Amino acid sequence: MKAFTYERPRSVAGALEAMDRPDAAFLAGGTNLVDLMRLDIEQPSHLVDISHLPLRGIDETPEGGLRIGALVTNTELAADDRVRQRYPMMSMALLNGASGQLRNQATTAGNLLQRTRCPYFYDVAMPCNKRQPGSGCSAITGFNRMHAILGASQACIAVHPSDMAVAAAALRANVEVQGRSGKSRTLPIADLHRLPGEQPERDTTLAAGELITALLLPPPPAGRQIYRKVRDRASFAFALVSVAALVNAPNGQVHQARLALGGVAHKPWVPADVEGDLAGAGAQSSAFDAAGRAVVREAQTFGHNDFKVPLTQRLVAQTLAELAGG
Amino acid sequence: MKVNFTVNGRAHTLTLDTRTSLLDALRDHLGLAGTKKGCDHGQCGACTVLVNGARMNACLSLAVARDGDEIVTIEGLGSDGALHPLQEAFVRHDGFQCGYCTPGQICSAVGMLAEIAHGVPSAAMVDVAAVPQVNGAEVRERMSGNICRCSAYPNIVAAIMDVQEASR
Repeated sequence: MKAFTYERPRSVAGALEAMDRPDAAFLAGGTNLVDLMRLDIEQPSHLVDISHLPLRGIDETPEGGLRIGALVTNTELAADDRVRQRYPMMSMALLNGASGQLRNQATTAGNLLQRTRCPYFYDVAMPCNKRQPGSGCSAITGFNRMHAILGASQACIAVHPSDMAVAAAALRANVEVQGRSGKSRTLPIADLHRLPGEQPERDTTLAAGELITALLLPPPPAGRQIYRKVRDRASFAFALVSVAALVNAPNGQVHQARLALGGVAHKPWVPADVEGDLAGAGAQSSAFDAAGRAVVREAQTFGHNDFKVPLTQRLVAQTLAELAGG
Repeated sequence: MKVNFTVNGRAHTLTLDTRTSLLDALRDHLGLAGTKKGCDHGQCGACTVLVNGARMNACLSLAVARDGDEIVTIEGLGSDGALHPLQEAFVRHDGFQCGYCTPGQICSAVGMLAEIAHGVPSAAMVDVAAVPQVNGAEVRERMSGNICRCSAYPNIVAAIMDVQEASR
C-alpha cells in the first residue's frame, strides 16, 4: 500500500476543502477502497475520512419520499421500517448484497461508488483499460462469464457490482451532490453512472472532489415490487443477473411497470421503451414475455456470458408475471 | 499517527503508520492474536470483530479510522474457565475442525444475534417487512460472511441455534 496522510474533517465544507490536496480521496466505510489500496489499484496520497460527518439521517421529504444520508450504513437502510414497508425492493437489494459484516460498515454513497469486480481490473499483471487507460481489455477475449451484455464497448465490458443501485434506478432515485463551491445539485441516478465508451476509467459523471451527500427516493410508486438476484451461490456473491421490478396491475391491466437490471451493464440498466410498452397492456404472459425479449434485443455477448441473454429474458418475464399475478 | 480506542474494555493509545489495518493493530501491536487473518480482503470473515457493538471485518478497517471506537475481540467475550455461551456451544457441538475461522464465527454470531434482536431483516425472509425469526435458514444466510474451509457448517448452525433457544 502506498503511504498516505489522513484527516477527519468535522464538516462537509471542511471535507470538500480537504480534497484540494493532490491525489486526495474520500474514505467512508472503506470496504472497497481499503481493499483497492492494498492491491495498489487505488493510490491516494491523502485520505479524507468523512465517516463522522452528519450525513446519517433518513428523513421524510415534503413530497412524501425519503432523504437518505450518504453515510447511512447498508444495514441501517435495509432495516429502516419505512424502507421495508414502502420500498421493499430497496431493502431486498441491500440484503442480497455482500455479508452482514460488510453491510454494517458500508455506506449508501459508498455502495453507489464501489468499483467493478472484474477480475482483470483486480489483476495488476493484466491489461485493463479501467485501471490503466490504453492498456487494453483482457476480458473481451478472456474469462468473461460475469461480464456485460448491454451497453459495453470495445474498451471495457465490466459490470457495475451494486445491488442497491439497481433498486434505486427502478425507484427513480435522485442523488444529491455537493462540490467545492458549497452548492448542492441533484441528478437522476440514471445520470450518475456512465457507460464505458472510450473512457472506462470513469465510472461516474461526478467531478473531481464532488461529494454525494444524500440519496433521494421519490414517493413510493403503487404496485407490488421485488428484487430478484441470480448468482452462483445462495448468498454473499455478486449477481449474474438481477432485476428490480414493480408492477401495478390491479384489474388485469398494467397501469405502471418499473424495471432495472444488474449484472448486465457498466451501470444499473433501465431498458428503453419496456416500461412504456407495458403501460396499458393486458397483464398476461404474452406481454411479459415480449418485455423479456425487448430487454435483450440489443444484447451482445462475448462467449462465456452467452447464457446471460436467455437468463435475463426469462428472469424479466417471470418476475413481471409473478408481480402481476397477485 | 496517534490513535485512541478501547479494546475489550481497556483504553489504548497507539502510534501507528496510517496504513495499519485494525486487524494488524490488534494482532501485531496489542498482541491479541485471537482475531485471525484469512483472506485480508473482506471475503472470509476470519477477522470479524465487534466495533461499537456491530460485527465488521477488521481487515477492511484502517486503524486510524477507528479512533474513538469501542472494539471487542474474541478475547473480550470469554476466557479460560469463563467461556461465552457461544464458545461453550461451539465446543459442545463440535462447531469447528481446524479452528482458524472460529473466533470470527463466534464474534460474527454475537453480532448476528444482536441484529436479529434489533429486528434487522435478512434475504432469507419472504416478507422483508416482517419480524425476523431465528431458524436454520436465517442463520445460514446471516452467517454467509464467515467461510469455514473445513465445512463445519452444520455444527456451527447447531451451536448458534442452541444458544438462541437457551436465551429465550
